[in-house]
Amino acid sequence: MQEVMKKRASELLADGTVVRVLGWKNGEFAYDPTPAVFQTVESLEAFVYNDFCASNLSKYLIKFLRQEGKTLVFLKPCDSYSFNQLLTEHRVIRENVYIIGVPCDGKVAEDKLREKGAEGILGIETEGDQIKVKTLYGDLDLNKKECLGERCLSCKSHQVVVFDEMLGENGEENPDCGRFDMVEKLEAMTPEQRFEFWRGELSKCIRCNACRNICPACSCEKCVFDNPASGISQKAAADSFEENMFHIIRAFHVAGRCTDCGECSRVCPQHILLHLLNRKFIKEMNECYGEYQAGAEAGSRAPLVNFTMDDCEPSIIYTKEAGK
Amino acid sequence: MKKIALTKLDELFAAIAASKSLYLPVDTEKGAKYTAWTEGAKLSEATNTVRSAKDFFFPQVEDMASFKVEGKKIEVIDTRKEAEDFVVFGVRACDAKSFEILDSVYLVDPVDSYYASRREHGVVMTLACSRPTETCFCKAFGIDAAEPAGDISCWKTEDSLLLKANTEKGQALLDSLSMLEDAEDTAADAVKAATREIVEKLPLSNLSTDAFGGDKLSALFDSDKWESLSESCLACGTCTFVCPTCQCYDIRDYDTGHGVKRFRCWDSCMYSDFTLCAHGNTRTTQMQRFRQRFMHKLVYYPANNNGVFGCVGCGRCMRSCPISMNIVKVMKTLEG
Repeated sequence: MQEVMKKRASELLADGTVVRVLGWKNGEFAYDPTPAVFQTVESLEAFVYNDFCASNLSKYLIKFLRQEGKTLVFLKPCDSYSFNQLLTEHRVIRENVYIIGVPCDGKVAEDKLREKGAEGILGIETEGDQIKVKTLYGDLDLNKKECLGERCLSCKSHQVVVFDEMLGENGEENPDCGRFDMVEKLEAMTPEQRFEFWRGELSKCIRCNACRNICPACSCEKCVFDNPASGISQKAAADSFEENMFHIIRAFHVAGRCTDCGECSRVCPQHILLHLLNRKFIKEMNECYGEYQAGAEAGSRAPLVNFTMDDCEPSIIYTKEAGK
Repeated sequence: MKKIALTKLDELFAAIAASKSLYLPVDTEKGAKYTAWTEGAKLSEATNTVRSAKDFFFPQVEDMASFKVEGKKIEVIDTRKEAEDFVVFGVRACDAKSFEILDSVYLVDPVDSYYASRREHGVVMTLACSRPTETCFCKAFGIDAAEPAGDISCWKTEDSLLLKANTEKGQALLDSLSMLEDAEDTAADAVKAATREIVEKLPLSNLSTDAFGGDKLSALFDSDKWESLSESCLACGTCTFVCPTCQCYDIRDYDTGHGVKRFRCWDSCMYSDFTLCAHGNTRTTQMQRFRQRFMHKLVYYPANNNGVFGCVGCGRCMRSCPISMNIVKVMKTLEG
């Protein structure tokens, strides 16, 4: 796939269709590619696409909104949902972007390799579902499915939903992904247990803002948490209340707009299960207003910014509580 | 040199914990974390902890004062808590070196009394590495993973833990531990040699620092490579917060509703309001902020500290950066 992508990128750069290519650049090791912009055919030498190209490139396109020329971007299925959502919110201009869809069967997480004992990694080779890891302390044969990132284990869709051309075969939605299983487990807990669970998670937060900064739905020019005039701008949680509120407020702000791309949890250096907050919102909205997938279609109206005569009344909260 | 059988480690930890708080790396579901020792806690085998040991001396958040406001009356409350005596066990050579770097900032005039108090009350027991990993590059900064500094240095052999005091504080702690037996001074030589042999094979051990240092300011500052290096930086603070030598802080006020809590917290040069002054900001683009981080470690710090670099090669930034950009890529790109 990498070579096909490189070839198409070279062609589109050479014939002037695009002026820049947004992709991934190879790293120091086999597992650490970095999102990168390529402006010449020669620079594409460093272009890479492998099992570790997990970064969602959609959000970077906001940067090119006001720049001249068309940008070629490679979008995986989950990234394409984010792109549609950004389109809906007028954060990107469709005509300025040339999208090549690339299929994805899940990305491998470096920390999963470490959990399976891979330290001193010298090389990684993938053959189908087999991952051969060469390390200083011996070689490991691992199963790719067991090394996928958390979000890929409950992938909602293998389908690229927006593209100008598709490389390889497009996948399908995956309604039986079980992505709400953990939310249901949390719902089944007593309020005390649930509070304890979330305190355990959120107390790990170091306020590095990685979740916010990678989130394609967090596209404000100035975040309320960075704005000294907001009264809540902070660099660290002053107390446990703030620790909780940062993430809860963020979840509220992206409610109805979060496509469940899972980048927040992927990048969290403290491994907080942030995507569960977003999934809870998605599940609630699905139950109250009917199934809705943010980013499935550009221009769709999210339940929270729409009104229909069939909308549930606010009292649904009590009805639902009573039903439990 | 002293020693104790590995099977008696719990006995050793219990004895230390009897008089002081003892912290050591313990495995969690996601990597090793410094944790207060309690009966049954097991020392992690991990190469290093996810977060660095700087937290013990320079915590992320520290209360400095409170202000209670009633009408026009403001009461200032000193919220400083005396540091308790504590021991941190299992610190690696890289993190031990990071304390020297933090000391050079916080223990020079004017001394930071908060930091100094923690340093005085803390005993650092280091542990030589036995399984360094591919993201380790301490050797590039002249650190020997087999000979960690600290108040007490420890080595793990097949069946024992060897301990050597380097300071009076360390000696006093060792003297108080009656279960320790005497050992030959050469007892750790074999494990040291084994560690050094592995370090030689690490892919980043020979990372060159030749292009960096206090005298290379202009060429590096003006390099046209910063733009592409920083182009995908998210401007999050992950690298600075997991870094054992990042030392910048901010002082903030928190409105409690009936007063103000003044605290200091880690700052990050990656943040848009870093060094924000009344006149505005000296660094207005992410490229400039990104450059600051690496220039600080590789140029400004050595310029003011006899050529010592402000990075210890622990590799935490390599593992935790959401976009896999890090100091190694920066160094190789700038040099290349």
